[in-house]
Amino acid sequence: MGCVIVTGETAAHVAERTARASYGRLVALLAAPTGDLELAEDTLAQAFEQALTTWPRDGVPDNPDGWLLTVARNRQRDLWKSAAHRRNQSLEAATDIGADAVQPLNDLDPDRIPDRRLALLFVCAHPAIAANVRTPLMLQAVLGFDSAQIARAFAAPAGAMSQRLVRAKRRIMDAKIPFVVPGRQAMPQRLPSVLEALYGCYALAFPERGEGASLAGEARYLAVTTARLLGDEPEAWALAALLTLASARATTPGDRYLPLQDQDPDEWDRHLIAEGEAYLRRAEPPGQAPGRFQLEAAIQAVHCDRARSGATDWNALCTLYTALVAIAPSLGSRVAHAAVIGRTRSPQTGLSLLEALPVERERFQPYHAARGDLLARLGRHQDAVAAYTQASTLSTDPAVRAFLERRAKELSR
Amino acid sequence: MRYMLLFHYSEASEESIGAEAIAAGMRAMASYAATLEQAGILVSGQVLQPSTSSTTLTLVDREPRIQDGPFADTKEQLGGVIVIDVPDLDAALEWARQAPPLSWGTVEVRPGAVHIEAGTWVASS
Repeated sequence: MGCVIVTGETAAHVAERTARASYGRLVALLAAPTGDLELAEDTLAQAFEQALTTWPRDGVPDNPDGWLLTVARNRQRDLWKSAAHRRNQSLEAATDIGADAVQPLNDLDPDRIPDRRLALLFVCAHPAIAANVRTPLMLQAVLGFDSAQIARAFAAPAGAMSQRLVRAKRRIMDAKIPFVVPGRQAMPQRLPSVLEALYGCYALAFPERGEGASLAGEARYLAVTTARLLGDEPEAWALAALLTLASARATTPGDRYLPLQDQDPDEWDRHLIAEGEAYLRRAEPPGQAPGRFQLEAAIQAVHCDRARSGATDWNALCTLYTALVAIAPSLGSRVAHAAVIGRTRSPQTGLSLLEALPVERERFQPYHAARGDLLARLGRHQDAVAAYTQASTLSTDPAVRAFLERRAKELSR
Repeated sequence: MRYMLLFHYSEASEESIGAEAIAAGMRAMASYAATLEQAGILVSGQVLQPSTSSTTLTLVDREPRIQDGPFADTKEQLGGVIVIDVPDLDAALEWARQAPPLSWGTVEVRPGAVHIEAGTWVASS
């Protein structure tokens, strides 16, 4: 054992990397015994804070996860014992106890720390938790986003989002929602909300790029773990396939944004494509109609197949999107369907599908981007510029915004 | 952890739904009670008389005012409660799912805070 002495900057980097990779795992372990998510998050945050002061000075421990877990656990224990917990007093006193107890854990094998994240996912997506707070809760408790970031992602006021999260966490503890993975019998009822919320995490984390890319990786890892644990749940494998295939095309942070059709397939990750295709084969329910995630994953597979065939099978996309909007008519799937119809039939047909969408479309960036593309195909450049400009106004991702502005500029020449 | 199952439903009488339906409901409740007892989780149970027989007290000018009728005059009324002692919400929900009043109304599952044991309030968790 012993510690590696490193500079302050490197120690901070290790702390940050550990925070990324282990956050949900540590929160799940800390919260599982009592169901107190708030306390688990608070004590873990304090442990990270302590790491940032002691690691640069004393060196990064061999087992950062174990170190953080022990410091946080000691703080929890200290809080439970002292009345300070109720009176919200300073916790400085607990620091020394935490530091002393850390040493033995340096020998602890990180791989033997159990993974309770899956149980935590089922807690976050429990039917007793309001549907609109499940994804925010996962983002916070499992992936470590703070409530201000989550509020931005959901275009919700920060105060309201924070309150919603606090209420949900109190509810988990007060009503005693158990930290367990449901048995096979309850699984079919409990799984869809977990997959839905996981997908929400990926979809939100993805456009952030840079940092977001690794969070998307976490969401993907959780989806794959969920599928493995369940063994033969088609939609769980389909979600794993969907997120893996989408990840195969993820751009490097800092790169400029290119729409799918303009991307060079040589830059896609072949290993991830093969992995995603393997998951997709496990996602076929025998003798049943394909599920929503299976269709979405199949759509991704068609796009990824361009890396092999050199061409996109638009007719296959057309069939898949038509099936998708029939079983899951979300704004997103309907816009994508219209865009594909606009290519396979005529831009005019695609446009009329877009015009049939409900008024929420006006606040939906992909609607304006798809419209801009179809208008440009019709030669209506002025209208296309207006649509692209509107899309760029609604976009939160600087790279996407730059692309949309570029398109608008090209068309106004 | 103690949970109270609260049964809310529109009140029925022999005249409104028939004697056989009432008898079937009572048989289902009898079997439910026996099942809870068998599982060793039953704390107590109480089915109430119709809310028309209820009397309500409210303090008006520091004097209790006594009125006929229930607290809230709504279509669905609290018709009975059962208290169970189980490990967590999932277990409580599973028993709630099997509660016969679910067939004729709404079952609310509410965690207990404190309850009385030998004249003293103790935590229910």
